[in-house]
Amino acid sequence: MQFDFSEEQRALQGEVRRFFERACPVSTVRALIASDASHDAELWKQVSEQGFLAAAIPEDMGGVGAGYLELCLVAEEAGRVLAPLPAVSSIYQAAELIMIAGSHAQKQEWLPRLASGATIATIAVAEAVGEAVPETITARVSDGRLSGIKRPVSDGLAADVAIVVAQALDGIGLFLVDLSAPGVERRPLKAVDPSRKQAEIRFDGARCELLGACGEGWALLSAMRDRAAVLVAFEQIGGAQAALDMARDYALGRYAFGRPIGSFQAIKHMLADMYVSLELARSNAYYGAWALATNAPQLPLAAASARVAAIQAYKLCSANNIQTHGGMGFTWEFDCHLHYRRARYLASVLGTSPLWERKLVAAYGRAA
Amino acid sequence: MNFDDTPEEAAFRARARAWIAENAPRALEAELKLSGFGHLHLHSVDRIAAAKAWQRKKFDAGWAAPRWPKEYGGAGVSPMEYVIWQEEEGVYSKLSGPFSIGMGMCGPTVMAWASEEQKRHLLPRLASGEDIWCQLFSEPVAGSDLAGIRTKAEKRGDEWVINGQKIWTSGARDADWGLLITRTDPTVAKHRGLTMFFLDMKSPGVEIRPIWQMNEESVFNEVYFTDVRIPDAQRLGAPGQGWTVALTTLMNERMSIGGSMPTGVPELFELCRELGVLDDPAVASRLAQFAMRASGLRYSAFRSISALSRGEQPGPENSIGKLVAGTLMQEVAQFALDLEGEAGLIEEPGLAVDGGRFQAMLLRSPATRIEGGSDEVLRNIIAERVLGLPADIRVDKDLPFNQIPTAASAGR
Repeated sequence: MQFDFSEEQRALQGEVRRFFERACPVSTVRALIASDASHDAELWKQVSEQGFLAAAIPEDMGGVGAGYLELCLVAEEAGRVLAPLPAVSSIYQAAELIMIAGSHAQKQEWLPRLASGATIATIAVAEAVGEAVPETITARVSDGRLSGIKRPVSDGLAADVAIVVAQALDGIGLFLVDLSAPGVERRPLKAVDPSRKQAEIRFDGARCELLGACGEGWALLSAMRDRAAVLVAFEQIGGAQAALDMARDYALGRYAFGRPIGSFQAIKHMLADMYVSLELARSNAYYGAWALATNAPQLPLAAASARVAAIQAYKLCSANNIQTHGGMGFTWEFDCHLHYRRARYLASVLGTSPLWERKLVAAYGRAA
Repeated sequence: MNFDDTPEEAAFRARARAWIAENAPRALEAELKLSGFGHLHLHSVDRIAAAKAWQRKKFDAGWAAPRWPKEYGGAGVSPMEYVIWQEEEGVYSKLSGPFSIGMGMCGPTVMAWASEEQKRHLLPRLASGEDIWCQLFSEPVAGSDLAGIRTKAEKRGDEWVINGQKIWTSGARDADWGLLITRTDPTVAKHRGLTMFFLDMKSPGVEIRPIWQMNEESVFNEVYFTDVRIPDAQRLGAPGQGWTVALTTLMNERMSIGGSMPTGVPELFELCRELGVLDDPAVASRLAQFAMRASGLRYSAFRSISALSRGEQPGPENSIGKLVAGTLMQEVAQFALDLEGEAGLIEEPGLAVDGGRFQAMLLRSPATRIEGGSDEVLRNIIAERVLGLPADIRVDKDLPFNQIPTAASAGR
């Protein structure tokens, strides 16, 4: 047994970290928040040129073919710096879905473009309030034309193409839609995490193409989410670690009652609990990474455990980072809220904690 | 990243498995499986006799103290091989309970501080189960503040005379030897006036009083010393060096990773399945959060083992194990009894749900959160040693021990 990343993988992680520290200081994140741009196109171009996000896409599909363990570490570093990139939508979800559901022709058409970053894709599932289930999907495809309203769609403005979950003749299907085609209208939505832009997309008879078998759409979506959950968990532990580091540094530097506030047990124990929560998330995420990289039958349980733990850890670390900073943590100018917002964004995409808790219990039951 | 054995590890595992298949006391398997949390329960045979028999058998075949050097009764195996051995020993490892403090803490301290002659005499006897050891550290006035102990040792010729009291000593009644920390100089700062000994528990003047615990068991004891004499040759480290010696013991507490603590999570799933409540979202939510913590602990231990096998020292990160497991056990037990409804009140043998497993866990788990470093001490360790936050401001740090304020000196 060797339950850790290899030295080569750690070296790659170091390289990715240095890249992000240089290319994505927090001013970059704040610049996107202040702008109407759909994403940071310059950063996206640079990351794409490095090939970091194409790590798990096979070489014959235009990727790097390194593997999922490498992509997990890239995700951790992206999470650490709050990188305002459409990776969750385009790489962890859309590319994965095309890899597991697409025909050979579809893979050849889309994967090289997603790998190079030339095309951005997203997933459009949500419509109404409440966790989406097949019965609540009203978007509908007939005669190859899609109609319906999806909101919110993460990176819906940045994306060139969307994979839309819709009702069709044989049940739920997944449909590729060119977002610049006629019959598609989109508008930005103000969102909790303004560094990850959300959109509303209206489809009115838009031309679309089936991805995977019709009627299998929900099962494919669910299988993709097991894979994406592991990658997102690494973004979450990267972000949670950054929030914990911020809290620790502030507790060391801030003096009250004649001593650093980090010398008070109330603060020390709060930070210790953040660390514990993060370690549990990290260990579950590592197991998820192993299951993802080896296509293990344990993936559904590993993914659910990783996701439930990572949601919990990032929520706790980002909230208690604000608490440690006191009033200054509540200001716009301190960066604490950026993690608090990002933690919420990552907790909401892919389905929220109650859904994954049920998935975890179901998978545990099957594994036992 | 992989969970596969190397060819060498696979061969080691096969050897361990074959030996256990041939030698384990199978008649005890069912009873051991039911043996609950924190204590070895056996009804069909004498607990200590069964433990000693299994330990002896392991010793004769070289499995008793696999990590120890061969000259002291060990087998010198690698950390990963030791983990494999533990996995294969499985339920039978519960039989080693009476030796766990000796093997895990006293043995390594003796190994680091005793004379060569003493090591060659004492360690094989410990490894073979001939001798049981206990640890005489905590006192009524010194638990988390261990360096505040008051049991006095005074030099008289070639002997030391011990007077005072220890408490929370697990297994003192079964023990042949005790690792004893004493105060030899009350006029210097508290960490500097301590001295460590090992003591024959059958010495005149040693009196052991069992503690009747809140869970209606009696594993812990009080140990009183009245003019107990210890030869100077049984001193470990120099006079005044006792704190440094004690740190060896406490560090080894953290080395004992790999043997995962029970959390009750698989048993709780089983209960939920029997009650047909797995589909209830409120139940699923609690279950998932428990399961995530349990798997997080399991994979954290795997990470530590991997680091150990790369030659890294186990660090303070391992403090999270007991911190998480203690609270988890307590919450799992409370939730199980919630699900059992009013029937959860029944402890009556034969009637209690699942043999009263969760009731026993409910009543044992408070001790887990206190013993061997309380939750609060562990959080301090994480905050200071992992996160690098400042140590507590210690008002007693530079005072001579006999001038440190106490409840008595404050008139309370």
